[in-house]
Amino acid sequence: MGCQTLVKFRLPLFTFHSMVDHLLGIEGLSKSEINRYLDTAHSFVEVSERDIKKVPTLRGKTVVNIFFEPSTRTLASFDIAGKRLSADTINVSASSSSVKKGETLLDTVRTLESMNPDILVMRHSESGAPHFAARYLSRASVVNAGDGAHEHPTQALLDLLTLRQHFAEKGRGIEGLKVGFVGDVRHSRVARSNVWAHIALGNEVRLIGPSTLVPPDFVASFGSKSVRVVHNLSEGLDGLDVVVALRMQLERQDEHFIPNLDEYSKEYCVSEPILARCCPGSVVLHPGPMNRGTEISGDVADGPRSLIRRQVNNGVAVRMAVLYLLARTAEPHEELER
Amino acid sequence: MSSARPIVIHGGTVIDAATDRDGEFDLLVEHGRVAAIEKPGVLKGHADAERIDAKDQWVIPGCVDLHVHLREPGEEWKETVQTGAEAAVLGGFTSICCMPNTKPANDSAEVTRFIIEKAKAAGAARVLPIGAISMERKGKQLAPYNELAKAGCVAFSDDGDPVVDAGLMRRALEWCLMLGLPLSCHEEDRNLSCGGSMNESPLSLKLGLKGFPGVAEDVMIARDIELARFTKGKVHICHVSTARGIELIRRAKNDGISVTCEVAPHHLVLDESCVCGYDTHFKMMPPLKPNEDIEGLYKGIEDGTVDAIASDHAPHDRDSKLVEFSRATVGILGLQTSLPLFVELCSAGKVSRRRMVELLCHGPARSFGLSSGTLRVGSDADITVLNPAERWVFEAADVRSKSKNSPFVGRELMGKATNVIVAGRRVVRDGTLASEWVEDER
Repeated sequence: MGCQTLVKFRLPLFTFHSMVDHLLGIEGLSKSEINRYLDTAHSFVEVSERDIKKVPTLRGKTVVNIFFEPSTRTLASFDIAGKRLSADTINVSASSSSVKKGETLLDTVRTLESMNPDILVMRHSESGAPHFAARYLSRASVVNAGDGAHEHPTQALLDLLTLRQHFAEKGRGIEGLKVGFVGDVRHSRVARSNVWAHIALGNEVRLIGPSTLVPPDFVASFGSKSVRVVHNLSEGLDGLDVVVALRMQLERQDEHFIPNLDEYSKEYCVSEPILARCCPGSVVLHPGPMNRGTEISGDVADGPRSLIRRQVNNGVAVRMAVLYLLARTAEPHEELER
Repeated sequence: MSSARPIVIHGGTVIDAATDRDGEFDLLVEHGRVAAIEKPGVLKGHADAERIDAKDQWVIPGCVDLHVHLREPGEEWKETVQTGAEAAVLGGFTSICCMPNTKPANDSAEVTRFIIEKAKAAGAARVLPIGAISMERKGKQLAPYNELAKAGCVAFSDDGDPVVDAGLMRRALEWCLMLGLPLSCHEEDRNLSCGGSMNESPLSLKLGLKGFPGVAEDVMIARDIELARFTKGKVHICHVSTARGIELIRRAKNDGISVTCEVAPHHLVLDESCVCGYDTHFKMMPPLKPNEDIEGLYKGIEDGTVDAIASDHAPHDRDSKLVEFSRATVGILGLQTSLPLFVELCSAGKVSRRRMVELLCHGPARSFGLSSGTLRVGSDADITVLNPAERWVFEAADVRSKSKNSPFVGRELMGKATNVIVAGRRVVRDGTLASEWVEDER
């Protein structure tokens, strides 16, 4: 109340100057926009199953993957996605770039933009870094490949695609699912992007973990009645269709978020016996890389409920869809034949 | 002293909280002092005087800012004593107290004298240095308070950093009590703030930014209040941003503890939602707060718990703001926007004009034991004349500071200092600096 009269001016400061589209997060995307990504990804799954895994769709387009934080699977899957679409892809990693020589983020992305790439795929350890880049770039589209503890939109899309495929085989869609995220939600960009998506789809979301890692403030932070915070694993899993186990970063115990890994895993490790609390036919996802025995037991990871391998597999198709849809925005629209 | 020519300010509304004056009066300034304050038409003669027509304007004591960063010595590309002192008078401030987090820190008479010399040469606002509480502001060894006070320091602070060691804080309070000078405290428990770059809240969780919880400020305010109670020393709490902090100070004042406090304008007119776009111009220390806290600050302003408005004027170059949010420098410019923002709050009915003048003039002066901040016959002639109705857009070209880091650039402001007098010398005329006058009066 107090400040309302004086803060109304602030919004124009954030208008983006560029005319291109970006994918910075799932927050704010509508159900139909999410489905558009998933439908497009679905049609690209088949490309990777061919003998010759390449279509000419993005010939002549340049995709720069700039990763300021180490990554194996995300970088590899963006790179493969670009190549399968016949785009020219360049991978720049922070360790080999001028960042090490003290160059600022802005100078680095401006330098890259002056080489006229069409898409800049960016991974950064700081939340908001891709938004910052997008504000100062005028020609290239920015894809957020994970920013700090904020968002990781392509991971959420590939998780959704995986669920969609699985539940389609069971004769149902992914709307109306009960989905739980177990573990370090506080530091998880994967969880945030996924939660926004499930809110958009109208699904019920449970955030499960100790209050240090899953503070009750999360309910207000997503501003949705469909999000609940539960501190007890067994209670949290009750009746879920989907369990997403989140990676526990081992250094968290030095920051006082947990007493020790032993204590943590005794209470919160997703293991076969406790999964009996879920619905029959429930499935388990993990964004990887996994700490077996800490947040997920080996038998669950490799067991019949696990869709983990399928997630990795879908990473390429989803990233092809994202690159395709963004590269296409500058051109006359034609529908992708299905 | 100043130019011998007297000044008559006529037709304005004189507002002074300390003398409880609010009405139409004419003022005579002579020999650097207020020589007369009279009802309209009473002041006769003075044909040789310079005349300021203050019709429809407010005539208030020159404003006092207890908390500014002038960056000199050491970071002259961000601000200098001269550019800061000039920005001050253009913004209606005739006295500014500069924090010691320069390079080197102001922990010796040499640095204090250097700043005072630079300020004399600038000939704009009075610049009153604040000395460090600890050597090099490192929190390990007491600074030489007597040496600093003799050289001209008016208070002590390690601002930018908290005084972590409660034992050192105790001894500092005991020593400075002998000098009658306050310790101005940056309140932050670093084990709680943990490098957070915005307020800890549902919003910080959503944005994935590390949160700085309000309690990190509150626990240190509580500690220093208890130390002030114990030592009877004088504590001044810098940039209070939480409702709880205000409540702690309110109770301490009721208990008769010697504690004063300041609030920064940006904590009143901006809220944490400004950070949504990761715009580093909204990164402050302490961080911007949600409405519950802002309401607590307004309550403190209303009931007198808050003694002063202080800008925490923090110039930073463009490059240090054009980076990732968590890596950006903290703070914004304040000297040229504090007064207009308060005029706007006045016109919106959020604060009375008497209270506004108290918070900008007498309140801060009293907190640091300065004689300025009031208009009486015989007091130093530090006077600000402002047009409360003037609406103007604060453009980058209007920024006198060397740095331009203000979220208010490009925004319409209300109220502008038109004429400013420091020690009987008119340093701003019709909104323009003395040094830039067209010499048409000689």
